[in-house]
Parts: sequence; C-alpha cells; structure tokens
Amino acid sequence: MTNSPFTPGIASARLDPEALDQNFADLHPPLDPHEALVAADRCYFCHDAPCITACPTSIDIPLFIRQIATGTPEAAAKTIFDQNILGGMCARVCPTETLCEEACVREMAEGKPVEIGRLQRFATDTVMEAGVHPYQRAAPTGRTVAVIGAGPAGLACAHRLAMHGHDVTIFEARAKSGGLNEYGIAYYKTVGGFAEAEVDWLLKIGGITIETGKALGPDLTLAGLREQFDAVFLGMGLSGVNALRANGETREGVEDAVEFISDLRQAGDLGALPVGRNVVVIGGGMTAIDAAVQSKLLGAESVTILYRRGRDAMPASRYEQDLAASKGVRIVFNAMPVEILGNGAVTGVRAEYTRSDGHALTGTGETFDVPADQVLKAIGQTLEGAPDELELARGKIAVTGAGKTSVEGVWAGGDCASGGEDLTVTAVAEGRDAAEDIHRALSA
Amino acid sequence: MADLTTDFLGIKSPNPFWLASAPPTDKEYNVVRAFKAGWGGVVWKTLGEEGPPVVNVNGPRYGAIWGADRRLLGLNNIELITDRPLEVNLREIKQVKRDWPDRAMIVSIMVPCEEAAWKAILPLVEETGADGIELNFGCPHGMSERGMGSAVGQVPEYIEMVARWCKQNTRMPVIVKLTPNITDIRYPARAAKKGGADAVSLINTISSITSVDLDTFSPEPSIDGKGSHGGYCGPAVKPIALNMVAEIARDPETRGLPISGIGGVTTWRDAAEFLALGAGTVQVCTAAMTYGFKIVEEMKSGLSQYLDDHGMELSDLIGRAVPNVTDWQYLNLNYVTKARIDQDACIKCGRCYAACEDTSHQAISMSEDRVFEVIDEECVACNLCVNVCPVEGCITMEELEAGVVDLRTGKTVEADYANWTTHPNNPAAREAAE
Repeated sequence: MTNSPFTPGIASARLDPEALDQNFADLHPPLDPHEALVAADRCYFCHDAPCITACPTSIDIPLFIRQIATGTPEAAAKTIFDQNILGGMCARVCPTETLCEEACVREMAEGKPVEIGRLQRFATDTVMEAGVHPYQRAAPTGRTVAVIGAGPAGLACAHRLAMHGHDVTIFEARAKSGGLNEYGIAYYKTVGGFAEAEVDWLLKIGGITIETGKALGPDLTLAGLREQFDAVFLGMGLSGVNALRANGETREGVEDAVEFISDLRQAGDLGALPVGRNVVVIGGGMTAIDAAVQSKLLGAESVTILYRRGRDAMPASRYEQDLAASKGVRIVFNAMPVEILGNGAVTGVRAEYTRSDGHALTGTGETFDVPADQVLKAIGQTLEGAPDELELARGKIAVTGAGKTSVEGVWAGGDCASGGEDLTVTAVAEGRDAAEDIHRALSA
Repeated sequence: MADLTTDFLGIKSPNPFWLASAPPTDKEYNVVRAFKAGWGGVVWKTLGEEGPPVVNVNGPRYGAIWGADRRLLGLNNIELITDRPLEVNLREIKQVKRDWPDRAMIVSIMVPCEEAAWKAILPLVEETGADGIELNFGCPHGMSERGMGSAVGQVPEYIEMVARWCKQNTRMPVIVKLTPNITDIRYPARAAKKGGADAVSLINTISSITSVDLDTFSPEPSIDGKGSHGGYCGPAVKPIALNMVAEIARDPETRGLPISGIGGVTTWRDAAEFLALGAGTVQVCTAAMTYGFKIVEEMKSGLSQYLDDHGMELSDLIGRAVPNVTDWQYLNLNYVTKARIDQDACIKCGRCYAACEDTSHQAISMSEDRVFEVIDEECVACNLCVNVCPVEGCITMEELEAGVVDLRTGKTVEADYANWTTHPNNPAAREAAE
C-alpha cells in the first residue's frame, strides 16, 4: 500500500485490500435458516396487511413469511416472484424502511419491524442458488415485442411477456444488462455479482433475446421498432445528469456521482479506484448517500454531503442518512454550492446556507468553504434521447394506465416514465403491469 | 415476604413447589441439585418391584410441540419408571432425606396389582424415612401394557383396592396419582378416597403422538421407524389439568380431599391458579426440564409477592376459586359485555377483524385507514378478538350496566341474576312454570 487516507489529491489504494474487502462486504448478510425462522416467527399474519399495501409490487408478504416459517422457502419465493421477478434484487436494495417495514405493525408496536427484506432474500436466495427457475412459457403466440433497456423495468416487462408466450427482444445501450442494478447501486448492497446472476436466472424463462450496445437513435428508431414489432416497451431510464449551475463546475475533479458509482461497480480491483482525500457530494438522494459512503469506504479522509434543504426534506431515508453517518460521512443540511474553488483542479466548495420558505429556497448570504479534491454531483438525472413523437410530462415520458404512452402500441415504465418513485421495485411493478397491458392488447 | 411454608397431609415443606415423579427426580445427584436450588420437595421417580430393573428404549424418549420462537409448549415421553436397581434408589432416598430433613420426600411406586407386591415394597420405602408415597396409576405408556400405571388408574375398583392395601400396610400418607386418560376424573378420585387414600395428585400425562415424520412416516419420537404413544405434559396440558383438579375440588363426594396439582405448571401464576382451584401443593416437571431448576426462584418470589400484594396467607389462596366453578346452566345470562378496542394500544394488525369477519359475528368494522371498531349491534361478546389480539390489554370486555339497552338484542340489561334453568326458552323451565 503506497497511499493512505491522508495522501493529498485524488489517489487510489488508500486502504489495504483486506480493509477494502471488509468495507465492501454485504451490508446485510443473509439470514441463516435459524435466523430466518426466528425472524419469520415475529410476523402477525395481519389481515389485509399494511406491508402489502406499502409494497409497490404488492407482494403477499404475510403469506411468504408464513411459508418460510413452515419450512417451505421455495413456495415463499414463488409467492414473491409471482409479483416481482426481481424479488432477489429488491430484497437487497429496496428502502424497506420507507416501504414494507415502515408499514409493519410491529414497527408501530415495538419500533422493530419484521425483517421483511432479509426474509425475502432468504426465500429468493434459496431458489436462485439452487438454479431453479419456477416459471414456464405459455405456448408461443408468434407475437413480438421490443423492449428498450435491460434495467429493472425492461427485464420485468420482458419476463412477463415471455411467460405469456410472446417473443421479446431487449435492446440495451450498455455492455451488460441490469441497468441501475448493475451500474447504479452501492457495491455493498449487491455483492458477489448478484445483478448479473439475477439476469441470467431471469432469462431462463426463454423467449428473450438481449442485444447489447444498442440504444434508441438514428439506427434504432421508434418508428422502425413499431414497424418491426407488435409492441414496444420503453424502459431506458434516465441517462442525463442535471447541471450544478455553480461557478467552476468544469474544474478537474468534478464528476457525476452516477459515473463514480458505475465505475466502482464495474471495478475488478477496488484498490485501483482513485478517490479524493477530501470528497464533497452534492445532493440528497440515494445516489448521494451511496457515492458518499463508498468514497469513505474507499479511504477518503473526509466526506461531506451538502444538501440544500433540511433533513426532513431529504429524499434519502433517515436509515440511509444514519448509515452514512455511521461510516463517518458528514451531512450538512440547508447548504447549497455557490462556487467550486480551485485553479485547474478542485480545492474546495464554497457553499451558502439556505432558508426555505415553503418550497422556495433562498440563500442567507452566509457562506463557508469545504476543502475538496473531488466533487461528486448527485443532483438528479434527466431523460435524454426520448423519441420526438412521444408526449412528455414533467421531463419524463407521459404515460396513462399501465404505462401507455401517447403513441399507439408503445408503452413505457421505470425511471424514464412519469409517475411513481424512481426505485427498482417501482420499475419492476411498472414493467410487469405494462407487460400485462401489452398482453391484453396483443390477445385482443 | 409471605410465608410459603406448606403442610400437606402433615408433610412439611418450605414451599408448595415440588418436583413431580419424573426424570429430574431419578437420582440423588439431581434431587440434591433441586434442593440446593430451593425446591420444597420431590416425588422420587417411580420405583418398581425388586428384581431385574426395567429396560428403556435406546433411542429418543421425548417428542415435543413448540410455539413461537420454538418455545416448548408440550412434551411427551415414552420413558418407563426408574431403570436403576431398587436398592440403589432406596439408599439414595434415605441419604437425601437425612441430609435435607426440611424438604418433602415422597416416593412414587408402581408394582403389579397383587397385594403381595405392595406388601413387599412398602416396608422398604418406609425404612428410608420418606414422608409419604404416591401410587403411580397414571403413566399411559409402556407399563400400562403390563397392567400397571394408567391401566390401574382407568379402573376405579383397582384404585380403591390398591389404595386400601397401602393404607393397611404402611404408616406413610398415601397419595394416589390419577391418569387423565379417562372420561370423568371424579370416578377415580372417589375410588381413591373410598380406598382410604389421603390425597390425590393429578394429572399424570395424556396419551399422545406429538408429530409424524413426513419423510419416514414414523410417529415421533421415532424408534427405528416406529412410534408408540407417549405421555403428554407441559404448558399445553394445563387447562385440562385445571379442570380436572376443579372437578374433584367441587365434587360433593371428594370435597376436602387434599390435592397435589400437576400439569404444565411453568410460572408462579400457573401454580397460584392450581392452588386457587384447590391444590395444596403443585408438582412441576416439564418447566424444570425445559429451563432447569432455577425457575423455582421466580415461582417463590412471584407467589410470595402476589400473596403480599393481596394481603393473603398461602392458606387463604388454596381453594379460593373453587366456589366460582359451576355448571353452565347456572351462568348468569343477564351478564352482558361488549368488546372494547383501545385505539391507542391498537397496532392495526387487523387480526380481530379477520377472526370476527371470517369466523364469527361480523361485529368489527374496518375503515380505510385501518381503524377497527366494535359494532355493538352485532357483538355477542365471544372474546375471540381478545384472544387473537397480539397486544395484551388492547381489547377488553366491558360489562353493560343494568338499565342499558343491548343494541344487539334490543333488550334492556336486567340487574337480576338469571340462568338457563329459569329461561323461557328452556323446555324444562317452562314445564316447571306451568
């Protein structure tokens, strides 16, 4: 090890390999069978359970937990996959603390919800590790569907369509399938190449072809797809990044947090990844937290998140905030960047305190400087390259019902479509529901 | 601290918590540990007649059922009476009684239904200085196939006969341990009394199969792929035992007959309930086998605190609930209650709703935002919602005062006690009135 957290500038190998391995290990290690039984025991099997309502994919949680408790995790997994074919990933990455586990009546009763996420992982792992794919295709319909984007929405949509007997072709811009599951989620939430393995497992249904390195553009137009396929589903996500609109944004060392996370996820050797001694992350969502925590885990000496509003307004949950704090990340609320300092390379960020009056935000005039060698922008992503013929709503593809766009025969879901939170689980629900709608349309 | 000293048939013990005749009382080592832990007495594991000792299975002896968090709720066993030589047991009993003179030492006995067999063993037991004997007419497995244990306890005439032999042949107090594997516990209890027994103890274990292995299709516990019914005990049997104890306590023919209560006693509360239903002592086995001997500390401190809190002596507690055990026909039909849900305590699980809506009287409403409320027009006060609610005290039964209209029946609640015997719907009552 040549470097340390105190090495100036941006440097790799700030920590030794053992420390890095430890830092990036599974955040929530899997439950062993005994732990799973103990955890499952706590479920009350509520009537019309609030956890089901809170789940964007409406998984019958009390039922799958009862199936675990009675020694049939395979049946539990089927209950999960019936609603959410990416139940394995969602078990790892869902912000359960704001979804099912927040709604759990034992959260109200004791402040300790049933560990739904980890139980879901126990069930799904049981089946996936055994290599069992519990679905078969219906008889071929001869109908074809194009899916743009092999992220959670596209994969969920494709699987459900394939199950109904349609032939699906997925066009994926990047080299690997999985979308944000593969490129955008913190390393320690999905270790061991799980995202890739999950895609392989999902494809066992058959009837799905993935063509990588292909995105909508001059060579792959919506009009062309509509001509070639019976239906089209758009699930290409958000590839644009918002601008900071602060002076010095182009200085060396300023980069997009999503790129930073993506590089980290694809890195063969974490020790080879450069990270600043002092890192400033700008933003308040999960991407900001993931980037900040991982910077710290890579060995940055200090990591600061600047968020322009108060704690309660922060999109990242309190759990995520606390996770960041526990790793040594400092979160400064009510502070917005006004200038990226430096001369060529970044040396710091000048921020101004803010005051919010309802939704309006104004600077107080008081500023402070935070030293920084690296600035990660996590201030939201935008839709890029949407076909012109589609109507948009608030910068996303406008959809009605189960993902119908303004264009006949074209559906959309996931982050690129309007409505719903930008979560894996929401994307899965939208992809699934669009597939059912497409199936109805093709069967009509 | 209330005085827990107990006098049962003249047998003194520092507290009413005895260990039942079972594996924990099979030898000196265990019994000494129990006395050091504070148990008031033991019933030594059943002795058989002199000769080659009995032989136990060499595979599993116990099967179990569990509640949440694998809490052991019911245990069954196919273990026989002591499999150690008679003289070894007698020597140890004598030694322990000498070393622990303030503790109750009862010896359980099971020999064939021949007077000679009883005449032979009684002097040997008496010689140990033991305080009393308990006749094992209860074990439902193994020995019953040889005409002992519950095979005797199921025939009142045999009970009476053997009890009489014992009374005639020993100075020691005689306790008859009853089997619950009968239809009416009062008959064997009456027989014991008629035979001169000083007391009865109950219940012994209940014939049971705890589970079936769904791969091998063997009942559990499994011995080489086969299973035999065992004797069931533990918390799950407490309600059965309480009822049987109460039946004997309130039966005019056996009223006043001392009872040693057995069956699922796990905490001081369980013990207090047995005492309130007429038991003079309680015997414990499964709880000790599950948690070790230390539990007696909680039993002693809990019972003592309870008595202090209520300004009672131990003797005030014994039998105190017996007058309140009655027949259904005498229950007050003018006692009207309604379920009440404490909205502050409610965690909105909806189990009360599911139970009432699916299986009972559709007397609980559920709003969009999961507020659960009782519909008085439908509530028959069955108590199922109380029983299924995971939060203790969240749902309670509230008595309607006299003069209030019961919205379900439209009738005004009457102040006077009235039961089935005088109810107009009772054909027998109508005849009597005419």
